Amino acid sequence: MASALTQTPRTRGKVDAVIVGLGWSGSLMAEELTRAGLNVVAIERGKWRDTATDFPPAVDMDELRWATRRGMMQPQAVETVTFRNTPEQTALPVREWNCFQFGWNVGGAGTHWAGMTWRFTPWDFEVASRVKRRYGMDGLDPGLLLQDWGIGYDELEPFYDRFEKIAGTSGKAGNLKGQTVPGGNPFEGPRQSDYPTPPLKDTRWMGLFRQTTEAMGYTPFTIPAGNISTEWTNPLGVRMGPCTYCGYCEMFGCGNWSKSSPQACILPALTRRSKFEILSEAEVARVNLADDGKTATGVTFVDANGQLWEQPADIVVISAYQIDNIRLMLLSGIGKVYDPATGKGTIGRNYAYQTISGANLFFENERFNPFIGGGALGLQIDEWNGDNFDHSGLGFIGGAGILVNSTNGRPIGLSDQVPEGTPAWGSEWKRALKHSYQNGTAIFNQGTSFAHRKVFADLDPTYKDRHGQPLLRVTFDYNENDRRMAKFTMDKAVEIGRKAGAKTIQAFNSAEGHNTPYDQRSTHTTGGVVIGADRETSALNRYSQSWDCHNVFVLGASSFPNNAGYNPTATVGALALHSARAIIERYLDKREGLVAA
Amino acid sequence: MSAGKSKARRIARVALPVIGAAVVLAGVLTWRANDASADDVADGTTAMQALPAPDPASVARGRAVAIAADCSACHTRPGGGAAFAGGYPLETPFGTIMSSNITPDRANGIGNWTEHDFFKAVRHGQSPDHFLYPAMPYTAYVQISDEDMHDLWAYIRSLKPVSAVPERTDLPFPFNLRILVSGWNLLFFDNAPFQTDASHDAAWNRGRYLTDALAHCGTCHTSKNFLGADRSHHYLAGGTLSGWHAPDLTGSAQTGLASWSEQDLISYLQTGSNDHAVAAGPMAEAVEHSTQKMPAADLGAIAGYLKSLPAHSDNAAPKALAASDPVMQQGALTYHTQCSACHTPKGQGIAGMATHLADNAAVRAEDPTSLIHAVLMGAKAARTDANPTGAGMPSFGWRLSDEEVAAALTHVRNTNGNAAAPVTANQVASLRKSLDAREAR
Amino acid sequence: MQNFTKFGRREMLAGGTLGLAATAASAALINGESASTTQLSSDALPDTTPDLTGAPYLSHAEAGLVGAVFDRLIPQDDLSIGAVEAGCVDFLQRQLAGDWGHAATRYRAGPFRPGTPEQGDQSPLTPRERYRTGLKAMALAVSKATAKAFGDLSADEQDDFLRAMEAGHHGDTLKSVFALMLQNVREGYFADPLYGGNKDMAGWALVGFPGARYDYRQEIDRPGADLGLAPVSLMGRTRVPGQAGGAA
Repeated sequence: MASALTQTPRTRGKVDAVIVGLGWSGSLMAEELTRAGLNVVAIERGKWRDTATDFPPAVDMDELRWATRRGMMQPQAVETVTFRNTPEQTALPVREWNCFQFGWNVGGAGTHWAGMTWRFTPWDFEVASRVKRRYGMDGLDPGLLLQDWGIGYDELEPFYDRFEKIAGTSGKAGNLKGQTVPGGNPFEGPRQSDYPTPPLKDTRWMGLFRQTTEAMGYTPFTIPAGNISTEWTNPLGVRMGPCTYCGYCEMFGCGNWSKSSPQACILPALTRRSKFEILSEAEVARVNLADDGKTATGVTFVDANGQLWEQPADIVVISAYQIDNIRLMLLSGIGKVYDPATGKGTIGRNYAYQTISGANLFFENERFNPFIGGGALGLQIDEWNGDNFDHSGLGFIGGAGILVNSTNGRPIGLSDQVPEGTPAWGSEWKRALKHSYQNGTAIFNQGTSFAHRKVFADLDPTYKDRHGQPLLRVTFDYNENDRRMAKFTMDKAVEIGRKAGAKTIQAFNSAEGHNTPYDQRSTHTTGGVVIGADRETSALNRYSQSWDCHNVFVLGASSFPNNAGYNPTATVGALALHSARAIIERYLDKREGLVAA
Repeated sequence: MSAGKSKARRIARVALPVIGAAVVLAGVLTWRANDASADDVADGTTAMQALPAPDPASVARGRAVAIAADCSACHTRPGGGAAFAGGYPLETPFGTIMSSNITPDRANGIGNWTEHDFFKAVRHGQSPDHFLYPAMPYTAYVQISDEDMHDLWAYIRSLKPVSAVPERTDLPFPFNLRILVSGWNLLFFDNAPFQTDASHDAAWNRGRYLTDALAHCGTCHTSKNFLGADRSHHYLAGGTLSGWHAPDLTGSAQTGLASWSEQDLISYLQTGSNDHAVAAGPMAEAVEHSTQKMPAADLGAIAGYLKSLPAHSDNAAPKALAASDPVMQQGALTYHTQCSACHTPKGQGIAGMATHLADNAAVRAEDPTSLIHAVLMGAKAARTDANPTGAGMPSFGWRLSDEEVAAALTHVRNTNGNAAAPVTANQVASLRKSLDAREAR
Repeated sequence: MQNFTKFGRREMLAGGTLGLAATAASAALINGESASTTQLSSDALPDTTPDLTGAPYLSHAEAGLVGAVFDRLIPQDDLSIGAVEAGCVDFLQRQLAGDWGHAATRYRAGPFRPGTPEQGDQSPLTPRERYRTGLKAMALAVSKATAKAFGDLSADEQDDFLRAMEAGHHGDTLKSVFALMLQNVREGYFADPLYGGNKDMAGWALVGFPGARYDYRQEIDRPGADLGLAPVSLMGRTRVPGQAGGAA
């Protein structure tokens, strides 16, 4: 392949900051920096796509196009990863649609996401020290890489709050300034204010789950959602509409401005600013470094016609998909590559995922009307999440949010939702599907995932992208901690399913066997360029600033040293806003590392 | 949905030159219609470029005049042209008229004009070289006060000269004979300055002055005769141009502003929306470029003046079509599956984003052109400092047949407190053709 | 001229400027601020009509075999019409003619190596090629096993053969094309009728899916109720019970 990257680049005018990838993180950062007066250029590989012109109700309710064929997502032909379970295997490309759901438009994955808008608990940020303090490490998988984030929940709280207000998040506080509030999640960290908009309504299945778990002594609560319940005007003056429970949400754009996204929440205000511009359909190939190797000078990118460009900038913000953040660091030679043999190096380290288990349930005489749905429409109990229960003697740490989620009734995607043992076709299948369409559902455990010595990402030696650059190679499998945790929480789901009256219960545990990217029960890959207090084990300091290159900031779930039993987006947003504040208030004057190494 | 000033519609008036030929004979009368002696208050001796720098206070006031008169909207080329450097193409049935460069550039702008030249062009449609086509709303601007003209001149002088040369306006014969405009002026140009009405207070007079002279609302909101001139007895009672209907601004209960408060009007002009309506189409342009930047007191004056207008029509609402009507049923299905996600099941809309359809006079307009336009082509809401959202109505042309559009709109016009004549499939078909909207699959 | 799409404040306001390449120096697209159109961008319309002006990809014989299989996978019975009557073969022909048939989104660079089950399908073939080679191999295998053509087998014999294919008893190629056919017949039966299948929204009526609706705010307040919502297609047309034809 003749690579555009061998051309002599043309050079654009220098800007104060260049943002690589315009999803949630990039939009939040751009909003802060332009408001502070900086000139910002955002470079986005995908196209401009907006509500009324690209995914309105005139075209949005089309399962084949958006869900089955993944019309909002970046094709593997553009870039994929290679995958293997262990370092001994040869990684091979993930050729088809899979769990890595890269965004493919301005707005990134923040346009097609489901909308769950969780805060992590205080424990998730301090796993290493709290586990050592409460239990010690005995009996745990010795390969676990546990480390604190270098930043705590309390410091992030104002940024969570800001993110929720920008996003218009719907929910009910469970802990307001330390006071437990009925109806919310009693296990959450203290909040300074309630959610901007009230919680969504219950579907039939949610109602049944609520009733059942309450009777069991649990505290179910409505999941905080970016499918918002009422009209909302956010702090940027941008307005949103109410969710209509349309059931075309996750994997779709939202056609009526009711799902939080960069398009719905930030870009209308941001694009009015004269100091901001977007270069879309342009792909950054690398960050350029000065001769000292410690300062970035800008980025090199390829436009849609294969022309190579340089965009000089004083600050480089890498805010692409988690996978691409790792890859760009590796392609640019920033930081030291993680070596699983020695344990040295930080780029590619602390790769993690989400550990899923649960139970598929089939009832007898229900009418769930599954088409009434929203991406984040659901209930959860947190009794078995994080460190909300005593792990003494269990042999694992962490847990899972045990949740039910009324997302959709789209029939192509549900055509496998029949009890095990049912044929996959023929009249028997038709009859079973007709029944289970209204009677089938699931309890889903979204579990923690902890980094492991033998799990990492690096550059593939063989497979290349369309520009001839190496793909990222992911070496991942579940560890013993994941397996034990998933099994433990799976049993809880089964018990709830039984109490709810399900006739047939089929438990599942993703971590029982080996991981495959085609298990699409979670899309939340994390880590690889993580924040931390120690530069030996983290790529970034607590401000998301590279330890090695002071004017490079990396934003996204790549920053997580471990993944919590929650969806990542709000934490991604809070870290981006926290980093933006640090740049504006501390970095601009100094232009050096904000934490002494 | 509302329509307002758009250059495209001013052009309709260009029709006029046609008849000019017939009238050339009426020389004396013509002289009166083209009498620009009122502009003699301006200095006619010194070209702009030779004048000393303008007084900053006058420039600031002139900028406000330019905003209220929305000069830059037409005198700026789409696609990134420098402001006031001309090049906006006004499509007319007679050909394309290009707006001119009005920056102080000597070669290509108006740097060689005197203040008198400027007054005469703005207020009487006569540039030093030729008659202007009435696409330039001098028919409204003739009422601009001398003080505002002096300030506007100062502001224009303060602009950076831009040497851009807009494309030439080149209408085919006989419309290329600009002298014919003088004949049109004879017939239709009310060549008279603004007259204060002593029976009303200063705010009311200010409101009328802004409405009629600077903001030239009648350009769209007053219907036109077959030669493109205002039908004066239909003053601000609604007009249709270029595929949009600018609604009735009088106190008519069925189609006008009877249910709007003054504050509703102010909010609409300031933010682009209120509890009744979201500005879209050409009115969105007017709000973005002009009204949102006007002082609150001026918007209040406009609102007070408009609310003082008696109902143009005292037509009672017709009886709403029965929900059981087959067309209404078809429309209800389309509405509930395709419209209600934004306009809500009961037509409440989303504040500042999607129009409140229930009990909305604009929905009941006699002429449903804007409604059909929005469904077929979509519409972009105004983006303003107060409401940057700019929600858009998507186009449904590709998926709704003429019958389905007609039925959905008939349903909207006859539910939730509305009652109005049905929309016909023929009306939809005709607009689909003239707008070059997509065919339904 | 640079070829990325660039948006400054003014262009964004225009809303509809995507795809316009701006000049290097100037951002400004105009007054587009308001002159913008909200027509759907051309690539926002669903790609439902790939060029079928030439011969369809599957030959008459191939399409016949696929149809015979489809009608066993989703047979006509007391619940609903069969897959062929629902248009699933036509649906497949259209899909094969479009991007999907050509594996436009798939990562197709080599080297090609067999992998672990976790590494997924490593085949270099496109769906068009998988059908061509798979159907040929299937016809041969049927003939070899039964000395008949698939279409001449009884329904039970067909089902037996398909079960064997599904289980991999006839090798990877047949297992793979079986999986593909099962995937596509379900897609054709349940996708919007716009794409050529799901005639009269028969698939949606089977399970009770109301289709292309976008607002259930009234219905969520009736948990567990039989809502009686007739399915609606993306083209806005409703299924009229008992009436043949007419779906978009």
